[in-house]
Amino acid sequence: MTTVAHDLPPVSDNAALTRWLHGLPGVDQVGLEARAAGLSTRSIKTTSKAWAIDTAISMIDLTTLEGADTPGKVRSLCAKALVPDPSDPTTPRPAAICVYGDLAHVAREALGDSGIHVAAVATAFPSGRASMPVKLADTRDAVAGGADEIDMVIDRGAFLSGRYLQVFEEIVAVKEACRRPDGTSAHLKVILETGELATYDNVRRASFLAMRAGGDFIKTSTGKVAPAATLPVTLLMLEAVRDWRELTGVQIGVKPAGGIRTTKDAMKYLVTVSEIAGPDWLTSDWFRFGASGLLGDLLLQRQKLATGAYSGSDYVSID
Amino acid sequence: MSERVEVRKTFKLYIGGAFPRSESGRSYAVHAAPRSGRSTSSGSNTGAFLANAAMASRKDARDAVVAARKAQPGWAEATAYNRGQVLYRVAEVMQGRSAQLVDEVAAAEGLSAAKAALSVDTAIDRWVWYAGWADKLAQVVGGLNPVAGPFFNISAPEPTGVVAILAPQQSSLLGLVSVIAPVIVSGNTCVVVTSQDRPLPAVTLGEILATSDVPGGVVNLLTGVTAEMAPWLASHRDVNAIDLTGAADASNVSWGELEAAAATNLKRVRRPAGEAEAAVEPDWRLTPDLSRMTDFLETKTVWHPKGR
Repeated sequence: MTTVAHDLPPVSDNAALTRWLHGLPGVDQVGLEARAAGLSTRSIKTTSKAWAIDTAISMIDLTTLEGADTPGKVRSLCAKALVPDPSDPTTPRPAAICVYGDLAHVAREALGDSGIHVAAVATAFPSGRASMPVKLADTRDAVAGGADEIDMVIDRGAFLSGRYLQVFEEIVAVKEACRRPDGTSAHLKVILETGELATYDNVRRASFLAMRAGGDFIKTSTGKVAPAATLPVTLLMLEAVRDWRELTGVQIGVKPAGGIRTTKDAMKYLVTVSEIAGPDWLTSDWFRFGASGLLGDLLLQRQKLATGAYSGSDYVSID
Repeated sequence: MSERVEVRKTFKLYIGGAFPRSESGRSYAVHAAPRSGRSTSSGSNTGAFLANAAMASRKDARDAVVAARKAQPGWAEATAYNRGQVLYRVAEVMQGRSAQLVDEVAAAEGLSAAKAALSVDTAIDRWVWYAGWADKLAQVVGGLNPVAGPFFNISAPEPTGVVAILAPQQSSLLGLVSVIAPVIVSGNTCVVVTSQDRPLPAVTLGEILATSDVPGGVVNLLTGVTAEMAPWLASHRDVNAIDLTGAADASNVSWGELEAAAATNLKRVRRPAGEAEAAVEPDWRLTPDLSRMTDFLETKTVWHPKGR
């Protein structure tokens, strides 16, 4: 992640960073929302639908982020990820299990070498209101617990008050904390919490800031704030990662999280990924859904395609 | 003064307490029955144009099942007394709109005004009759079972869940209420495919339900082609039971095939009346027995130690 192109302005101080971020083109709100609405009217049928359902399942970060989470609940979620649909062994598995950092080791143990990743939220998720040493300890703890991916939150307070350098340096420091003793590193997803950023311009700025600071993924939301992921915001972030690859040659992933509950929603996002960022992003390496209930609906639709009869909630496991 | 322009009606579906158009965007013309009583063999009405009705698709049926499933726990949780009161309120609103219902039944079934009025009165009485059963059903079909041990053994009826109903093709209101009321009185919710050629009294019943106290989603009414929707409801795994009464006289509907499709998830099935494959519509004027209620119940039995 050190291959940032030479023509990007320096980030030596907050003023320089501010000039760069505020120099990004403004977002046409009406145009963006109209584009997102236009992309959500596509009709996906038969074999394309079957492909999209399987792809969407393979992109899910199956998530449980509740205060009431127990090791048992995490294990049962892992069991669901390992065998999403016992009635059909051809069902793909989701990409990862997303839990709080202290439960990462439970998920790690349950998933073994299945290839399903363990993602852990860190840095005082969901508010991000903690001192830097605490955030870094939180991150190291999760990595030590076996997390393959770290979902960090940015300090929205610092971002909104214009302290971009502070946000930048935090991401850099957390990225450093993702390093394991053996030299490898956990993937870093940077949660922008777009529901608190107020404007699309801010979403674009936060996206570029996070990408420049070394995030491997940019993620819309914690799921704890409404609105969570929306299609226009995700479209905007997909434009950002597309532009970033043109600018620097580095590909960054995108993860909308929260509020995506139905197969129909997931289809809209996949269409948007394909149209905006391109087919390179249509894999679980570069696009993820942060969701819990979505898997159930995708499985129901999958069963409908397989059997020809509408399925019901009695035929998928409850969360 | 210029002549008044007629208000032409295009009715909609009733799903989840709302009145959506069909997802398919289709509608079909509804005609009056010739003035005789029973219509032609296919049940098709050939009289004057009455109104346009929405032609529901399988996706509307699917949406209706989702709405019914969502509403079911809350409806079943209401006390039996409360459900009875809610249903009685429906009868009150029906009475208030009886003039409209009489007109629609007369046009739909080709009846004289007097006969239509009698039919509507019977329908309202039938609804009240079933409403009264709400808090009595458990006493009649449940109870304390004798067992050889120191236990109380108690059986109590519970609703089956979501019930798909093919409403009668001929009797547009009396038949309709005679299949809906017994299903919902015990706490089931239902998805009703109305009479294909005589849907207008059902549309009005939807408006009556929406303006009474019945929670949205407890009754969902789909107008359209019975043969188009019935197979999807019969095979739908989230439907717990299906009433095939309206398969009698429905064109291109084989109730045997529907029953076979229903077996895939062990649905409870109520066959249409009649011997073997000759399905017929029953005489709705007769006072019913309890079977339309008990067909859509599960029995919960509880053992409890009695002590000495």
